[in-house]
Amino acid sequence: MPDIVRRPFFSIIALVIAIFALAPLWGNDVDLRESLVLAAVYITLASNLNLMLGYTGYVNFGSVVFFGLGGYICVWLVSAHDWPLGWSLLAAGLGVSALAFVFGAGILRLRGHFFALATIGIVEAVQAFASNFDPWGGASGIYLSTEVFAPLGGPRRALWVIYFAMIAVMGLSLYLSYAIKTSKFGLGLLAIGQNEDAAAILGVPTPRYKALVYSASAFLPAIAGGLYFFKSAFIQPTDAFDLTLSTEAIVIAMLGGQGTVTGVAFGAYLYEQLRGYLLTSDTFSHFQLVIAGALLLIIVLFFPSGLMGWLYARFPRLQRVLE
Amino acid sequence: MSAILELDRVGKRFGGLQAVRDLSFQVREGEIVGLIGPNGAGKSTLFNLVNGVFAPDTGRILFDGADITGAKPYDIARKGLARTHQIVQPLTNLTVVQNCMVGACFGRNNLSLAASRAAAREAVAVAGLEDRADMLALHLTIAGKKRLELARALAAQPRLLLLDEVLAGLNPTEVEHMIGVIRRIRQRGVTIVIIEHLMQAIMNLSDRIVVLSSGAKLAEGLPAEVSQNADVIEAYLGDPKLAAELQGVA
Repeated sequence: MPDIVRRPFFSIIALVIAIFALAPLWGNDVDLRESLVLAAVYITLASNLNLMLGYTGYVNFGSVVFFGLGGYICVWLVSAHDWPLGWSLLAAGLGVSALAFVFGAGILRLRGHFFALATIGIVEAVQAFASNFDPWGGASGIYLSTEVFAPLGGPRRALWVIYFAMIAVMGLSLYLSYAIKTSKFGLGLLAIGQNEDAAAILGVPTPRYKALVYSASAFLPAIAGGLYFFKSAFIQPTDAFDLTLSTEAIVIAMLGGQGTVTGVAFGAYLYEQLRGYLLTSDTFSHFQLVIAGALLLIIVLFFPSGLMGWLYARFPRLQRVLE
Repeated sequence: MSAILELDRVGKRFGGLQAVRDLSFQVREGEIVGLIGPNGAGKSTLFNLVNGVFAPDTGRILFDGADITGAKPYDIARKGLARTHQIVQPLTNLTVVQNCMVGACFGRNNLSLAASRAAAREAVAVAGLEDRADMLALHLTIAGKKRLELARALAAQPRLLLLDEVLAGLNPTEVEHMIGVIRRIRQRGVTIVIIEHLMQAIMNLSDRIVVLSSGAKLAEGLPAEVSQNADVIEAYLGDPKLAAELQGVA
């Protein structure tokens, strides 16, 4: 049994996955399921973003591209080519990862603000591409007929299948974050995040590591996108490539504590709850992004190391158990 | 003894400044070579050329017989060449041991994460940082950070170590200690090239001295020879204090 499996944190992740999977089953609670499926999407996006932002120190505003492109590839394969959902999801993950590797090798030569700007450019470029690409329905997007849910046992059952698949993707994201953090690859990434030039001089193969982590951080978000848009049975460019989602992922990572696995996941859950509350409240329903912006300001000014930084400062022993 | 490092007519220009000019010299396995020269003579640039931060415009650099001209820093590090920085470059939010583990993992022996921990602890001990092993690099004093530079380079278990002013900014006790550390590193069979402004220290430590001035080699030889060399003394005359120190050594 590998060492990582024996550590307590491994079981903590397993427990979180089990709670997510079982909670809505209790009493067949569909509302809870819909809230948790969104939380799982946020946890997936933020955890994978954290590989770039928290570990490697690169601010990626393009995480929504992985999500949206994954959605497009999956929905298109299901609708136009009658692929089964499983293979479509895998193709979405692998395809987007491969694209990220190729693009990454180019734009990761940029650093700091320039990299961040380039990733915003990618969001715009991909959205423009999707809006003008006829096989993907151009600006009006792709609609799925309800027949696509038949292989999963009809729409009602399909929603549960998708839910469990999403929880699996979330769980894999957490384990990926954890496994990378406790690996030699992860140590190399942390070194790059601290001082890229010094890391290269110490022998860290910086261009390859950056391209690899960028590509790895695309895989699970692309699958999550596939599941999400398959579930909606509808995808269009403005939804799929909405910069808001990228920004939210960054806010979440900062809120929880960039570079930590627990903090980012917990931050994503809290953010989803807050967002749900704001969207349904009469007073705040249009203020959700204003609140997110204010939140980011407060974090950056007063809690730069996020929730986990605050917790670790008070309970240093937690650092031995949590990652 | 064979040459572990060989520079063959190496040149590097930055805009209008010829930082290194037609420079050739060899470093033999196991020796300590001191690199001295007035400020701006091109000493640090030379290190940057050797470990791949810059590619030279002209000439060739051989490490252990293999051509490393223009190779990337990480590929050169993997071959067994490590360095320290004049301006310390700690990985601030990692602990002292973690800093050294990076050196051990990605250095000559390409160690696994588990094996790197032991190598890092050993390097930390050699550099005299055991009591601060689990401290974040951020919290070290300047002297501590200098030692960390050394420990991290050492953890890579290099064959050749480039030391860029590891004694600068240290008080006399710390200098004394650091010189002891450098001697111990040499005893482990590591070849060392050292840049240093403290004449007393470098003349004592080095087997041979190479003197640079305006990017070119001015003199090369045993410490005693170099400090008597008329060209060298003249080059240092712009800096009377150093010139006096140079002669004081002889």
